[in-house]
Amino acid sequence: MKKRVVITGLGVVAPNGVGISNFTHALKNGISGIEFHQELADLNFSCCIGGIPKVTKEKKAKYFTDLQLRNFNSSGILYGCIAAIDAWKDSGLPINDKKVDFDSGTIFGTGTSGVEKFREAIYKLDDKQVRRLGSTVVAQTMASGVSAYLGGMLGLGNQVTTNSSACSTGTEAILMGYERIKNGKAKRMLVGSCSDHGPYLWGGFDAMRVMTYKYNDCPTEGSRPMSTSASGFVPGSGAGALLLESLESALERKAIIYAEVLGGAVNSGGQRNGGTMTAPNSNAVQRCISEAINDAHINARDIDLINGHLTATIKDPEEIRNWIKALAIETNKFPYIQSTKSMIGHCLAAAGAIESVASIIQLKEGFIAPTINCEEVHPEILKVIDISKIPRKRIQKELNLIAKASFGFGDVNACVIFKRFNH
Amino acid sequence: MEKESLITSLKRIVKPYIQDEVAFVNLTKETDFINDLKINSANLVDIVLDLEDEFDIEIDNDAMEKMLSVKDAIKIIESKLAEK
Repeated sequence: MKKRVVITGLGVVAPNGVGISNFTHALKNGISGIEFHQELADLNFSCCIGGIPKVTKEKKAKYFTDLQLRNFNSSGILYGCIAAIDAWKDSGLPINDKKVDFDSGTIFGTGTSGVEKFREAIYKLDDKQVRRLGSTVVAQTMASGVSAYLGGMLGLGNQVTTNSSACSTGTEAILMGYERIKNGKAKRMLVGSCSDHGPYLWGGFDAMRVMTYKYNDCPTEGSRPMSTSASGFVPGSGAGALLLESLESALERKAIIYAEVLGGAVNSGGQRNGGTMTAPNSNAVQRCISEAINDAHINARDIDLINGHLTATIKDPEEIRNWIKALAIETNKFPYIQSTKSMIGHCLAAAGAIESVASIIQLKEGFIAPTINCEEVHPEILKVIDISKIPRKRIQKELNLIAKASFGFGDVNACVIFKRFNH
Repeated sequence: MEKESLITSLKRIVKPYIQDEVAFVNLTKETDFINDLKINSANLVDIVLDLEDEFDIEIDNDAMEKMLSVKDAIKIIESKLAEK
């Protein structure tokens, strides 16, 4: 018998809000977390704006020991641990310093870990100072650094690992944790993803000219998904975390249940039929979405809201066409569609997790967040859906089903279906 | 620089990135990098860097956005060379 999987805890570290209540406020009010960064300008970046969460020294000290913070320089691990510990505590689970919890694990993804720490290490190495690297380089630069830190902080005894699938990482992590609980291999999985901030991570994208360079003097207007004037994404960073739990375990603990993970799908376009390292195979995208709908045993016309990947590149209209084909319903039955990236930029490996947290918040609070900077919707999009399907202002509305998808370099796709839980 | 030799240099530079041999053999000024030569749009960035090295010029973002065909590339290279 397959287990039902529910969400009992949330945590987030986003450019426009650290912690669930700040992030909820920002989502409701369409607040952008994008700022100008002099450091990028000094390094001759074309795009000098980005989203960096504001984490104070005092905040860090609440989550990490002084010893852990000594020579600590990995922003992704910092964001990931804060979001994940918040999700754990939010679900009402205790932190036991003595016991190992063999029923709880984590799948916490990232694209790359501790790039600044790695840079530090390379300078020392090239200066023939390998001996002086100290003990902290490996744990902060290994891909699984974030899950390893979390495993220790929480005493997790089930699977402790990190997944990586570019910008679909976060959504994939949710589905991997979901499968594990569904199949009875774990009672609880802390899932999500994180991404470093800064020039050493964002530089490669700037060089590819996929980030916008036209909004350096008005940063909050830079991230323009679905807009006529979309000209590339704005880089972001941070982390999102969800505590997934079997329904049995949640009921037994009398935990508050925010939503249910009904199902989902991951696949790849194989870099065939229009798919490449950087571009999606549209057939595979459609297949991923329709498989997710089938896996969740829902009718496409019952979806209330789509939280799209929608990065603000020239690919946005194609994504909308893919949703339409995958849902295969009349245009007037098409659900609302939104892009959280309009407020936080493209948080890369963290995107799927932060945007999934945004989706659950909207489910549990009953509103649709605005997509900002989309005053003029792209004409190719208006050819296929009505403008009313893209709320530019918040709508108060009880929601039942949300579909969330993320796509990544390597032609990989992930789509998950969340349902409001009725106690 | 003569147009013919410019096209010869350009052909040599784009050759590693093309995915349509026939279009490449029949390359004219009207040839489009993405639609005809089937170059992956991500590789246009690399072509720009190779052109910068070859001609010792700098091709800015605005110019690069306009560089979609052989004709566009020649125009941009000529104007950048004239600025030198």
